[in-house]
Amino acid sequence: MSTVDIDIKQATDDSHGGGHDEHHEHHGNFWTNYIFSYDHKVIGKQFLLTGMFWALIGVAMSVVFRLQLGFPDANLEFLRPLLGGWIDSAGKLDPNFYLALVTMHGTIMVFFVLTAGLSGTFSNYLIPLQIGARDMASGFMNMLSYWFFFLSSVVMFASLFIQTGPASGGWVIYPPLNALEQASPGSGLGMTLWLVSMALFIVSTLLGGINYIATVINLRTEGMSFTRLPLTIWAFFITAVIGLLSFPVLFSAALLLIFDRSFGTSFFLSEIYIGGEALSNVGGSAVLFQHLFWFLGHPEVYIVLLPALGITSEIVATNSRKPIFGYRAMIGSILGIAVLSFVVWAHHMFVSGMNPFLGSVFMFLTLIIAVPSAVKAFNYITTLWRGNLVFTPAMLFSIGLVSLFIVGGLTGIHLANAAIDIQLHDTYFVVAHFHLVMGASAFFGMLAGIYHWFPKMFGRMMNDKLGYVHFWLTFAGVYLIFFPMHFLGIAAFPRRYYSFTSFEPFGKFTDLNMLISVAAILTFAAQFIFIFNFFYSMFRGKIAPANPWKSNTLEWTTPRNPGHGNWPGPLPKVYRWPYDYSKPGAKDDFIPQNVPYSETKESNLPYEEELAKLEKEPKSNATKRDA
Amino acid sequence: MINVLIGIAALVLVVLLALIYRVFTLVQIAKKRETGEEPRVTSSNRINALLFIIFFAVLFGSIFWYSIAAKDDYMLPEAASEHGGAIDMLFWVTTGVVFFVFFVTHCLLFFFPYLYSYKEGKKAEFLVHDNRLELAWTVVPAIVLTILVVSGWTVWSEITDPAPEDSVEIEIVGRQFGWNTRYAGPDGKIGKHNFRKIDATNGLGLDFEADAANNDDFVANELVLPKGKNVLLKIRSRDVLHSVFLPHFRLKMDAVPGQPTQFWFKPIYTTEEMRQRLAEKGDPNAADFNYHLACTEICGSAHYAMSMKVRVLSEEEYAEWEKEQKPWAELNADYLAEKGIEISNMTSLK
Repeated sequence: MSTVDIDIKQATDDSHGGGHDEHHEHHGNFWTNYIFSYDHKVIGKQFLLTGMFWALIGVAMSVVFRLQLGFPDANLEFLRPLLGGWIDSAGKLDPNFYLALVTMHGTIMVFFVLTAGLSGTFSNYLIPLQIGARDMASGFMNMLSYWFFFLSSVVMFASLFIQTGPASGGWVIYPPLNALEQASPGSGLGMTLWLVSMALFIVSTLLGGINYIATVINLRTEGMSFTRLPLTIWAFFITAVIGLLSFPVLFSAALLLIFDRSFGTSFFLSEIYIGGEALSNVGGSAVLFQHLFWFLGHPEVYIVLLPALGITSEIVATNSRKPIFGYRAMIGSILGIAVLSFVVWAHHMFVSGMNPFLGSVFMFLTLIIAVPSAVKAFNYITTLWRGNLVFTPAMLFSIGLVSLFIVGGLTGIHLANAAIDIQLHDTYFVVAHFHLVMGASAFFGMLAGIYHWFPKMFGRMMNDKLGYVHFWLTFAGVYLIFFPMHFLGIAAFPRRYYSFTSFEPFGKFTDLNMLISVAAILTFAAQFIFIFNFFYSMFRGKIAPANPWKSNTLEWTTPRNPGHGNWPGPLPKVYRWPYDYSKPGAKDDFIPQNVPYSETKESNLPYEEELAKLEKEPKSNATKRDA
Repeated sequence: MINVLIGIAALVLVVLLALIYRVFTLVQIAKKRETGEEPRVTSSNRINALLFIIFFAVLFGSIFWYSIAAKDDYMLPEAASEHGGAIDMLFWVTTGVVFFVFFVTHCLLFFFPYLYSYKEGKKAEFLVHDNRLELAWTVVPAIVLTILVVSGWTVWSEITDPAPEDSVEIEIVGRQFGWNTRYAGPDGKIGKHNFRKIDATNGLGLDFEADAANNDDFVANELVLPKGKNVLLKIRSRDVLHSVFLPHFRLKMDAVPGQPTQFWFKPIYTTEEMRQRLAEKGDPNAADFNYHLACTEICGSAHYAMSMKVRVLSEEEYAEWEKEQKPWAELNADYLAEKGIEISNMTSLK
């Protein structure tokens, strides 16, 4: 912490001394302030903008393959300027490119948007601000974390334009399909670039994660005990821990796959005859890769989801003007989910050929994880009960998230049941399930977070009316896209099918597929309302008041546009938990965390009265801390 | 036509929203002038609260409507295998439980916004936690889940038990992009294979030198199953992962190169019987019905077209069909001669 303090001091000195030169204001030039910045707030915004860029690409891809699925007979000639040779002479989408689109959509959305875009943005932006720290534990590592992500983005983006197309074997990149160039055009250079990009991405995630963990543990301001942390921080903290433990396993899987692809090893390959020749690989196991992949893959679901849930906790409490119901139960369920997320991975593999006994074990473990998830959902609903609800766009997206989380979570009970999963595995039922429970939910959490913290990020308000329209169109759209997929799944439609019309038993449902596609296009279009609102408000929005949502957390005690170091004076002290909303007896319906109990005699509970007395001897406390 | 209608509807919706927005901003400007101070919430708060109720009505209205109206479209015909009935039972019980929870939680989630939307001067209840309530909603889901998981586990264990001794063994091999089946022939044994023996003719890699059980094996391009007998599918793949999915039999198992997998089941309706049952239910396409096998593990460009017809015959018909089939070795005698492999006991086995 001391090093950061010194940095800040130097910074202020610099700005005084170098005031005559414009480039030297804020102790640096354009490059150090906005590009290779050490400031967690700038880095957070960098992640956000990159995440939004990827989200547009990822969702646009899904619109293209939805066109193929909803309108299989349509002439897609109008996409030729964009997709070139991937539209064949008859105006049809190339089946290989269809698979590439599906693969890239998954990869981009899961990793680039909902991991980097969500965790990267909000962990970076909010951790120091909400725990009362000047910056991250290591600003340099934090900067590296973004630039590794940027590099990884560049490689992945480049892979979209190569002649053989990007990786196309599904975002789970199972070998042998993704190990052998002969198996699919996307398994060549496209897959190589995918692996390089992911390796860089993992480096970025680890650099970020170590920083988040170190910062939360070490840089909490005075009085900010773990039981006074906002649930956002709990969520980011545990997310970083999960990421730190699971991403290296993906890295090892990727590394072994690289070996199999390029150096003739046989970790995952065995007894293969392809392209007219029998390969020399024997003894490997394709199922082993699936174990390694899902050892990250399943925790990844929670890496995506927990930050969204943390953001929701904060927003729902603030806008219900009520404490979050069951604060400790919420922490408990985050911890429970974190631990259990590591022991459920093989429920993705019930019919992969692994020992059915393992299937039994993972079925039991998986259904246990439903309990903490259910507790979270119930706690959100109870927080709304007898609240005084203010519907900001962020609040609407948070309520929407709870709804999607419940719907998607419930179908998890089907899929966690190995016997039912025999039928439903790899059908559209699964697509509906995970898009609702992690895709749309986490996306809603991200949007809620942007609407809620935009005033802090850019000092201006977003237009709430446009926010409402954006929410209702998106909410309706998401239900229209993903709910019908349950019916397709019950009818046994397999995933990742280029076309259903050539397949007699699946030839029905052109109407339902068309509905989904139309809904997808409209929902995509609705996102431009948000994009417009975002950029317009950045420059022309109403000037934000200091604490627009009358929130308790520390970030709202900073100036409207906080500089590097966040607080101009000393760091704020924390005296209470972050959820003192509508406390009986209090003057207003919120008491920020930095208000001492001694100043709120009228609303103190008996044990808080005791704490108020202790506050009067701050010096002895301080000496104790130093000792 | 429908496209045009959808287009017009979307346009009307946009215009309507724009109009509503305009009216409300004007009303608010007028209000602000009257009172002189900015209120905590605007009339949008009430509208959003109301929209949750409308959303609830439309959402559940359309779910109920479609679930009933399109019942025959999305529900597969009844399970054509013995274990399939048990899976269906589990599925519908779980669906019932899940739908009940979905409905109840959404009643609360969508009506609370309406009931408790912001009122000036009102204070929210300072409710921090409630141990009894929290205990209840931890324990009740835990019990319900335990019941579901135990019943699921029972079915799963039965399905994945070792196949009965008397099962008919059929080998099914996936490749980019198609399936082949191999039957044991009169000796009841599927011969050994070796992936190094695979070539353009010997697509399944039958290893005659290693195993004479291959001599009478016959290969088909369809999956023919005997009704009422336990069938053990021996599943393997030649190149990449594939997955055997027989939706009507509620059966799925990946095909993994280098690691054979299996799944046993008992077909209970012949194709003909299933057609009759569908006809009785009034399905206009009943006469054309066929069982199908689909690939459900992404395997490359033609993944979506990797299907195979499945026929279930009565036991007598099956025996007859089996008799008509010629061993692969007999059909490819030239190839074997060329390779210098001598098949001595093929005819004697017949």
